[in-house]
Amino acid sequence: MHVVLCQGLDDGPDFLSEEDRGPRAVNVDLQTDATLQVDISDALSERDKVKFTVHTKSTLPNFKQNEFSVVRQHEEFIWLHDSFVENEEYAGYIIPPAPPRPDFDASREKLQKLGEGEGSMTKEEFTKMKQELEAEYLAIFKKTVAMHEVFLCRVAAHPVLRKDLNFHVFLEYNQDLSVRGKNKREKMEDFFKNVVKSADGVLVAGVKDVDDFFEHEKTFLLEYHNRVKDASAKSDRMIRSHKSAADDINRIASTLYTLGTQDSTDVCKFFLKVSELFEKTRKIEARVAADEDLKLADLLKYYLRESQAAKDLLYRRGRALVDYENANKALDRARAKNKDVLQAETSQQVCCQKFEKISESAKQELIDFKTRRVAAFRKNLVELAELELKHAKGNLQLLQSCLGVLKGDT
Amino acid sequence: MLFLDNPLEIKMDHSLPASDIASSTKPLSEASSAPVMDILSEPASEAFSAPMMNLLMEPASETSSAPMVDLLMEPASETSSAPMMNLFMEPASEASSGPMVDLLMDPASDDLKEPPKPDINPLADIINDAPLSEVKTPVAAMTQEPPSDLFDDEPSELFAEPRQSNTAKQQQTSIFDEPDEDLFSEPLGEALKKPQNDVFKEALAPVAKASNVCGPLSDNYNEDPTDIFTEEAITTLPSAVSTVSVNSKTNGVHSDEEEPDIFAEATVELSLDSPRNDRKKKEAAKPSASASAPSVSASASKPQPKTLEELDEEIEDKFELNISITNPEKVGDGMNAYMAYKVSTQTTLPMFRSKTFTVRRRFSDFLGLYEKLSDKHTLNGYIVPPPPEKSIMGMTKVKVGKEDNSSAEFVERRRAALERYLQRVVFHPSLLQDPDVREFLERDDMPRAHNTQALSGAGFLKMINRATDSLSKMTIKMNESDVWFEEKLQEVEAEDQQLRKLHIMVDSLVGHRKELSVNTGGFAKSVAMLGSSEDNTALSRALSQLAEVEDKMEQLHQEQAASDSFCFAELLADYIRLLGSVRASFDQRMKTWQRWQDAQNMLQKKRETEAKLLWANKPDKLQQAKDDITEWEAKVTQYERDFDRVSATVRKEVLRFEKEKARDFKKQIIKYLESLLQSQQQLIKYWEAFLPEAKAIA
Repeated sequence: MHVVLCQGLDDGPDFLSEEDRGPRAVNVDLQTDATLQVDISDALSERDKVKFTVHTKSTLPNFKQNEFSVVRQHEEFIWLHDSFVENEEYAGYIIPPAPPRPDFDASREKLQKLGEGEGSMTKEEFTKMKQELEAEYLAIFKKTVAMHEVFLCRVAAHPVLRKDLNFHVFLEYNQDLSVRGKNKREKMEDFFKNVVKSADGVLVAGVKDVDDFFEHEKTFLLEYHNRVKDASAKSDRMIRSHKSAADDINRIASTLYTLGTQDSTDVCKFFLKVSELFEKTRKIEARVAADEDLKLADLLKYYLRESQAAKDLLYRRGRALVDYENANKALDRARAKNKDVLQAETSQQVCCQKFEKISESAKQELIDFKTRRVAAFRKNLVELAELELKHAKGNLQLLQSCLGVLKGDT
Repeated sequence: MLFLDNPLEIKMDHSLPASDIASSTKPLSEASSAPVMDILSEPASEAFSAPMMNLLMEPASETSSAPMVDLLMEPASETSSAPMMNLFMEPASEASSGPMVDLLMDPASDDLKEPPKPDINPLADIINDAPLSEVKTPVAAMTQEPPSDLFDDEPSELFAEPRQSNTAKQQQTSIFDEPDEDLFSEPLGEALKKPQNDVFKEALAPVAKASNVCGPLSDNYNEDPTDIFTEEAITTLPSAVSTVSVNSKTNGVHSDEEEPDIFAEATVELSLDSPRNDRKKKEAAKPSASASAPSVSASASKPQPKTLEELDEEIEDKFELNISITNPEKVGDGMNAYMAYKVSTQTTLPMFRSKTFTVRRRFSDFLGLYEKLSDKHTLNGYIVPPPPEKSIMGMTKVKVGKEDNSSAEFVERRRAALERYLQRVVFHPSLLQDPDVREFLERDDMPRAHNTQALSGAGFLKMINRATDSLSKMTIKMNESDVWFEEKLQEVEAEDQQLRKLHIMVDSLVGHRKELSVNTGGFAKSVAMLGSSEDNTALSRALSQLAEVEDKMEQLHQEQAASDSFCFAELLADYIRLLGSVRASFDQRMKTWQRWQDAQNMLQKKRETEAKLLWANKPDKLQQAKDDITEWEAKVTQYERDFDRVSATVRKEVLRFEKEKARDFKKQIIKYLESLLQSQQQLIKYWEAFLPEAKAIA
């Protein structure tokens, strides 16, 4: 299966992208100039992987050319993300969340089932179903591409991360980066790290912060994350049932069509007209669901991950604070015992520096996070409302004209 | 003045068609073929009035009696004129006096005395001898205004109607509808007509039963109906056919033929009504003379060019009967609890005692009504609308459950279904005439329907019956002579399948829409929470606004789910059940066919036996064999007639059903689309209100 996408991801979730391209660049603190622009110009879906063509335009001197493209896979995006996370230097930043793994399994499975059931349905039904599934596949595909693009755009717009060497390699190196997926051992390590981190997170979270701003941010993010998680799950459910309803209308339309083609009496013509109407309204209904998915669910999902990234930042700061306090205590003890004072002092200073560095950038990052969030929500909610209106009006018009015709007939 | 004018006018109007009857018969056939259609489409009510009027008016206005005699005698002469005379004359003789009646009486007695001889003279004489004006006036008056005078409390109202309407169409309908209904209903309730009533029953009981009277007429009927039915679309019929049918109608025996045997009693009563009423009309009309005579005579004299459809529609438009079922109420407690519904009828139909009345009925009463109707009418190929199914699940919930949502929905769904069911019943012209229907609507203390009370005994038996039915269906292979039936049955079966499919899908849509409603509600709450934790004031506000929008959407989806279910799914469920009844009527036709074929085979066997006996030269047994043959020949003829009759009914019923279906579907689906339209309008309103909130985020 090959699906080739062109540049125009018009339906893609382009929240956040306004920072780089959009006319409503609210985040003045983030770079919005044309020195580095990244997008995904093309994507190719193969059996079990998606190949993204990452296109870069830059005037930065460390790139050999002004404009170039490389082919990247999902794993390479993850590698880039992990390299950010592991870099101590970036401990004070909200690391842009990694894009989710492309998941076409469900869609592929359906297509396969369709192929098996080809004999059991009429040609029209088959064609229709196939079109449906292909459209579904395409939608997931577009979404995946958009998520990956968003990640790159966020990095490119970040004042510090955009200068990262790994990022530049990722953008410019025109060979396979030969990153491999993590093996079992590494995965286990990751798992333990996570367990430790979350246990530690609880400890750290319990520490009262000296800084009111961070204390407030901590409570806010904890709550916000949970709620956005809930909202995201609920929106998914809502959209799923909306899609099912649209599918039902589709099936109703085709049955009405069958009923209408049985003979050519008046009522059959009536059925045909209603079938035609349902065929159109279900398309709109499906669009409503799809747009809610893009504008609402994806937004929430993104902020689920981004708030997690912000929480991680707070954790790192909290960890640093605890380290700093421990170092202080150690220094006090050392001074009291007059033993290893110098070492303790150095250690205390390192911790202090680290903590202060994190605090300094974290404050700005969190303010940025909020600005970005408000802007993204504004953009998406406005668009959502506009799309809902557009669809409802389209639906209304269809219904009105159809009712006009039907009533005229009777 | 009017009185004087009328006869003249009548004369003018009628002399022409009448003479035509004699010579070319064309106008008559036109005039009378229309009523024939009526009879077919509007079984009992019209059968009597329309042709009757034609018959009585046209000849009466005639100065020369020849065509009139033709009209009346032709069929009669085939066998005997007695029955007709009977109907015409006897009641008159007993019930009334006056010169006119006397005149009519004499020949009647003559005829009775010499039934086998087709004696035309007496009747001709009556009409000839009678002073022209005398004959004319009463008859003319009788046909149009009598009901008002005699039976209605407000004569002025009825009088006014024919007069107001100057077009022939309206007059016709008024005659067809209202006076007719009068004829049928009133006598039942009116005490003051009792004696006559009795007289009539006595006089006419033999008409319905005795082969002497019935035979010839039914012969006439049975030979011709097939023609009539098959040529339904053609408006003009051979005059012989039409005259015969007119006659049989006049005698009121016609309807007996159409109705099932079981039903004969009821129809006899009905058929009795009309002649008697006519008699009475005659009496009453005479003194009152009639101002409205001209209009009616004009309308009656005009050939009725209307097609079956047109008449049908008019009658539907005129249908003055509204039934609503309201106030479902739980009666009793525990497992013995049941729901009682208020059945309110609002009607201007004079067949009912009052204009509005209500009764309380429980679900099993509705089932009981169906059982009764089905027993009577299915046999003859009628499509009896089925009631909603018993739902043990739903009812148990209602019985046990508290006032929760699903049981309230169940009750409402059932209420609506019962209402539609009852409306379909009363909308059916022949079912409306059924005394059980009237009793169901009117009677305060309905006896409890027994065999529907539980699914036990009766239900089980029915299941077995159904099983054997479907078995015999498989074994009976009918070589269909009529392609129409074959095609229709196939159509019905295909449609049934598609409707079932559609029903499942609409049900699934209802389910998903409900799910969507619940999930939207969940999302709304979640967004409200998210809004409350958001620390940007404008965004927080916008999110709680969004939550409100989603809250309203929840409501909207729920309402939409309800209308998916009530407007669409229920419509489909109704028609799936109705198609079951349609198939049952096809089955019935096949059964009668099978009976006919069996009888034919039997006859064949008997003939073979006779041949064998002849060959073996056994004269002693020969007589027995001959008798058998005669018997079976009669049976074959009878069964063949039955088959033709059922076929005709099925065809008519299916056409009626299809028309009703088309109308129902159009109406309901338009209603459904309107509900969708409203949803979208609401949706636009909500989002339009939200948009500025979203834009205000800063």
